[in-house]
Amino acid sequence: MSVQVTINGYNVSVEEGTSILNAAKQLDIKIPTLCYHPDQIVKGNCRVCVVEVEGMRNLAAACCTPVKEGMIIRTNSKRVRDARRTVVELIMAGHNQECLTCVRNGNCELQDLCSDLNIHSVPFDNVSERLPIDDSNPSIERDMSKCIKCGRCVQVCNCIQTVGAIYNVGRSSLMHIAPAFEKPLNQVPCVYCGQCINVCPVGAIYEKNDVDKVLDVLEDKTKHVVVQIAPAVRVSLGEEFGMEPGSIITGKIVTALRMLGFDKVFDTDFAADLTIIEEGNELIDRLNNNGKLPMITSCSPGWIRYIEYFYPEFLENLSTCKSPQQMFGAIAKSYYAEKEDIDPAHMTVVSIMPCTAKKAEAVRDEMKSCGYQDVDYVLTTRELGSMIKKAGIELNELREEAFDVPLGITTGAGVIFGATGGVMEAALRTVYEVVTNEELNNINFTQVRGLEGVKESEIPVGDLKVKVAVAHGLSHARELLERLKRGEAEYHFIEIMCCPGGCIGGGGQPKPLTNEIREKRIKAIYEADLGMPLRRSHNNPAIQALYDDFLEQPLGEKSHHLLHTHYTERKKYELNV
Amino acid sequence: MAKLISELCELVHPLSVEDYTKQGGFSALEKTFKIPPEDVIKEISDSKLVGRGGAAFPSGIKMNVVAKEQNEIKYVICNADEGEPGTFKDKYLLNHVPFQIIEGMIIAGYAVGAHYGYIYIRGEYPDTHALLKRAIQELKKNQYLGNNIMDSGFNFNIELRAGTGAYVCGEETALIESIEGKGGDPRLKFPYTAVRGLWDKPTLVNNVETLANFCVVMNIGAEKYKMLGTDNSKGTKLFSVSGCVNKKGVYELEFGTSLRELIDTYCGGIEDDKAIKFVQVGGSSGGVFPAHMLDIALDYESFRKYGVGLGSGAVFVADESICIVDFLKATMKFFQHESCGKCTPCREGNRHIVKILDRISEGKGKMNDIKILLSICNAMIETALCGLGQSAPTALLTCIEYFRDEIEEHIHGYCRTGVCKFGKEGY
Repeated sequence: MSVQVTINGYNVSVEEGTSILNAAKQLDIKIPTLCYHPDQIVKGNCRVCVVEVEGMRNLAAACCTPVKEGMIIRTNSKRVRDARRTVVELIMAGHNQECLTCVRNGNCELQDLCSDLNIHSVPFDNVSERLPIDDSNPSIERDMSKCIKCGRCVQVCNCIQTVGAIYNVGRSSLMHIAPAFEKPLNQVPCVYCGQCINVCPVGAIYEKNDVDKVLDVLEDKTKHVVVQIAPAVRVSLGEEFGMEPGSIITGKIVTALRMLGFDKVFDTDFAADLTIIEEGNELIDRLNNNGKLPMITSCSPGWIRYIEYFYPEFLENLSTCKSPQQMFGAIAKSYYAEKEDIDPAHMTVVSIMPCTAKKAEAVRDEMKSCGYQDVDYVLTTRELGSMIKKAGIELNELREEAFDVPLGITTGAGVIFGATGGVMEAALRTVYEVVTNEELNNINFTQVRGLEGVKESEIPVGDLKVKVAVAHGLSHARELLERLKRGEAEYHFIEIMCCPGGCIGGGGQPKPLTNEIREKRIKAIYEADLGMPLRRSHNNPAIQALYDDFLEQPLGEKSHHLLHTHYTERKKYELNV
Repeated sequence: MAKLISELCELVHPLSVEDYTKQGGFSALEKTFKIPPEDVIKEISDSKLVGRGGAAFPSGIKMNVVAKEQNEIKYVICNADEGEPGTFKDKYLLNHVPFQIIEGMIIAGYAVGAHYGYIYIRGEYPDTHALLKRAIQELKKNQYLGNNIMDSGFNFNIELRAGTGAYVCGEETALIESIEGKGGDPRLKFPYTAVRGLWDKPTLVNNVETLANFCVVMNIGAEKYKMLGTDNSKGTKLFSVSGCVNKKGVYELEFGTSLRELIDTYCGGIEDDKAIKFVQVGGSSGGVFPAHMLDIALDYESFRKYGVGLGSGAVFVADESICIVDFLKATMKFFQHESCGKCTPCREGNRHIVKILDRISEGKGKMNDIKILLSICNAMIETALCGLGQSAPTALLTCIEYFRDEIEEHIHGYCRTGVCKFGKEGY
């Protein structure tokens, strides 16, 4: 049923139950918000979005007040402005206001709010607490003197990811957001997904910055520095430079990386293709030889930490394949080093990832199988953005260049790793053709694409109907695993990505990040796939050469050594790096 | 004194079903069971009874919303988390007539179609808690709780839950969260608890005194009930009087009695014949009235004229030895401590108010501080998420209105009571 309401003198007809905030949007009236996030359950904490409603004694929070027939609303009266201003000033007084040196400077919701509300000074004493920054882990830092207690990070961690690494602790003005028992993040079951970073309206949570380390190694003439970029980076980095979400800028990134001084610019998509060959064959092997099923993907390091903490009983279901990032490092420091006659001791592998958990993955003990740490440094998409800006490179205007060979030769199957369902689709393209020896008529498995939380399908491969499921976002992963545990579902193959939307929604991606933006990035991923001359991993000539010249065969001895790994149950409240 | 709801207090043994029934206990329930639920609600509505917990919401309207919800499971909650400082009237009722409160809950359950009740008792009332536990057992034993109560075919059961000391849990949505086993953070205003309350079911939450009134209304009927009180405040009200009066305690008065009459006639005047400086009505979240305003009538409409409420009916009487700034500091520290910390204005507002009052009491205040205090008060009233934050600045606002000169004196380094030492001596 629709109702008529009047906002600032204009009438609008909206569905009953619509919030005042959303009703105002239909009239192009922006009500300022802070704790509100379009993808979250409404919290109503910050009280910035208050408006005047005729007949109500006090102001109403627009985010959590549903409209009623005949409601008369004012969003910009003096009464509203005065109260709103004081609320924002109170928030400011609890914030350290060190804007110029903040990672969010210029892209901060609190800054925008102050600017929009014309706030130039704060009449209250600054009461922000200078606590030590939590830099206990390789992925995420937290500076609570910037926290404005909006609760977005708590909601994403507890509701969307069902990890529960951080909570509201204490009451009243002592209320703050902290891990259990006030421990640093590395001593609680944080999976380092960084979704808290993506929703933080200010700069209170951010990735551990490794830009300077990479700049230093680029100066070191004794080092051969190679870089790989993950599929999701090419459809999102543009946002750091003001481009529309979903702009595909692969060639510009390659040029920029070369200008930054990397010796070779390679593509993680190559390793994604390699993953498909290994993982596809692993699936076929498990299917044929009574192996542990369902097999679950292992590309997403946040997901790996999650299963190690919360579902260790499923560890045997995980594919033993390393993630593409790690496969890339292992191959670069063995096959590529050998081929180019470079001492791997003098080689540095840098990856550009949409992900914060990748930083922790790179330093896992298991990831040194080539004799050296597979990947030396991991930068997020955001860090690459700042590195490019720092170097004075005008990305928007930049010419487009191609990746170096051979580790830059890729297929569309590798690109779609960046979106939820992509690994599944890429695997199906290969498994089908390898098992049946027939060419697929339609290689677009659209039933596993998109933002639905859990997607299921049955794909006939020869005599077998392969039952597959895809989940993204850890609450959906949990839902799926619980169903498996209860015996309510049966699959052969499951893809799980830690972050909502898959890697394009990763914790290292440009901010802001909403489902609307996720969809645009996903669309770009499939466009990029369509634009590739090759779209099946097993058709990648560089991969074929890799097997011919070096690995010999999928799941072979060298593969086993370099490309596969194992997992360990983690205790929830012990030191875990 | 018009003894109506507290009529049986000190007349019956609190745990004797026989005593209680002999004195007319359960006659209200008997009358209730004889008429359909909608007529019970009509009777309550006609009586113009409003909630006695502080918000003064019309009880009949609230009942009606819960009754209209189509849901097999509904709840009645007795809010016995009497946390408002200076309020002890619910404790008085619970200690003396626990059966009357439970009878009120059964009436409410019958009216709205709820078969489960919770009593949420304040954590600091362990004796009352123990008593209520036994009262529930007694009533179960005598079949006033359980199935087919008084052969009516109506079933009703009650569980007891205790708070652990958080003031905010007296706020009904925080109370519900607490019963559900979560931290006591208030919920958003919408949907109302009457529609989605405890375990997301339609829930009727009533204060102890309101429930006691249900028995009275059903006993004497709305017509007779309405004859008591004023035009817009019907019936009687319990007042908890504390401070410097000679006879502190709980008094039941007809609405419309003046504050002066309560203090002089019922409470026997002021200790040591000192002069009254101010009276705070409604607990820490209530307004402060200077001595010259004591002729104000104790009813909702008279208080509304001054922009304040009667609240829980706590009456704190202060003599001239009390420093207004010192009093405000204590009051606002209470709210700073008791804010749940969820919404900005309450979490941050109370903290800054306390900071500013602290510096005023140390002689370090500035004249602009009063303006800043007013802006915080305004933001809290206008934007706080729940009643705690909205009502926390009431005392401060009324003190700025009536005792501004004394606050300004402090800013100039002078405390007329000698309580604030400004670092000169003592402190």
